[in-house]
Amino acid sequence: MNFPDELKYTKEHEWVMVSGNIASVGITEFAQGELGDIVYVDINTQGQSLNAGDVFGTVEAVKTVSDLFMPLSGKIQELNKGLETNPESVNKDPYGNGWMVRIEMSNSSELEGLMNAADYRKMIGVNG
Amino acid sequence: MEATAELKNIALTETHQTLGAKMVPFAGYLMPVSYEGINAEHETVRKGVGVFDVSHMGEFILKGPDALDLIQRVTSNDAAKLIDGKVQYSCLPNDAGGIVDDLLVYRIDEKTYMLVVNASNIDKDWDWIRKFNTANVEMHNISDQTSLLAVQGPKAIDALQPLTEMNLRGMGYYSFAKGKFAGVENVLVSATGYTGAGGFEVYVENANAKKVWDAIFESGKAFGIKPIGLGARDTLRLEMGFCLYGNDIDDTTSPIEAGLGWITKFTKEFTNSAEFKMQKEKGVALKLVGFEMIDRGIPRHGYEITNAAGEKIGHVTSGTQSPSLQKAIGMGYVRTEFAKEGTEIFIPIRDKQLKAKVSKLPFWKG
Repeated sequence: MNFPDELKYTKEHEWVMVSGNIASVGITEFAQGELGDIVYVDINTQGQSLNAGDVFGTVEAVKTVSDLFMPLSGKIQELNKGLETNPESVNKDPYGNGWMVRIEMSNSSELEGLMNAADYRKMIGVNG
Repeated sequence: MEATAELKNIALTETHQTLGAKMVPFAGYLMPVSYEGINAEHETVRKGVGVFDVSHMGEFILKGPDALDLIQRVTSNDAAKLIDGKVQYSCLPNDAGGIVDDLLVYRIDEKTYMLVVNASNIDKDWDWIRKFNTANVEMHNISDQTSLLAVQGPKAIDALQPLTEMNLRGMGYYSFAKGKFAGVENVLVSATGYTGAGGFEVYVENANAKKVWDAIFESGKAFGIKPIGLGARDTLRLEMGFCLYGNDIDDTTSPIEAGLGWITKFTKEFTNSAEFKMQKEKGVALKLVGFEMIDRGIPRHGYEITNAAGEKIGHVTSGTQSPSLQKAIGMGYVRTEFAKEGTEIFIPIRDKQLKAKVSKLPFWKG
């Protein structure tokens, strides 16, 4: 499984890519594999300011439904509109076309609380 | 997971693990839930051929001159209509208005029947049937020795016919034969399934399961045969509107409410038959219906169903995104006045009240 070194990770199996004050967020390859075929990404929080840990949306797989949690506090600046018609991008390309939201961070010191790729691998028990 | 230790294994566990199956605990067994992904597996069965290992299912043999009487006493359908080599879908009503289990009844000969029951209900069904066994019908629970492979899909016939001299091509729906299959004696092959895609179910002793599995995959190679998990089994059956015990029917649901009037025959007396007869004549307050979502969202077991005013009128028993139809579908109980095809109903999902409409079953018409 692939967990790019340049990303940060959360206990809720989300990845975060930081560019300036903007954090792009999606779910990890491990998470998409556990969920199985994703059929609907339901996010209605565009423009809202939320705290780290708040639910910002929901991802529906064929068999299960799972909440999406804010990895960092901030304002949901942008949604990935492509997922409306191609939710399977989350399975096929979780770190690319499967991105979910862009957050304008309100407290970038929260980044220190996220995991690096090595720690995330350790948490889910994937070696190498 | 500490619970794994108590799980029962099926004969082919290692085979599934080698094939890369995601194995999950299901009804007390460790079972393959998916291999390459539910949508792809679903499509394999709709368009080609796939094999489900459903060896967790239970099988009882009932034998003796009074076997039919016992079956008639405990099941809702009329088993006297069966002839040798025929199968019947039926249910075991309880005495409180609900259903102990749904099952298949196979007539092997005049005095020998096989009942195929849900894995989660094996012990419950056994105890229930035994309670009524006052005439000493021989009962054998062969569940732990029996493997069951469901070979489903339009190309199942092409994959299986070369493996046997039994005439599978001429076998009518809900018929079966017993004979030599893939070099193994005493294999029971029935033209049944839970997918609406056509195909067969193959009952074989555990000791021969691997041999039969391998032969089916070898023979099916040319037709693109693949292993299919229980995840796709659920989406396939839901597209057909087939009830799943524990979801759509249970100890509290009446077969009449569940739309199983067609397997509830008043040609004989059986558990609770007087009440069901009254329900059939006078009508029931709730009905199990199929519905499809109009607004975007996926219904799930346990969600409420409301009317336009937001008042609760029922609940969802099954739901999924249908891989074949590319839309969200579900089943649920609604008050009878909302059960008519086309009726607008609503499913509150998270913070939204989403529109759906009652639709005719099956969803998938092939």
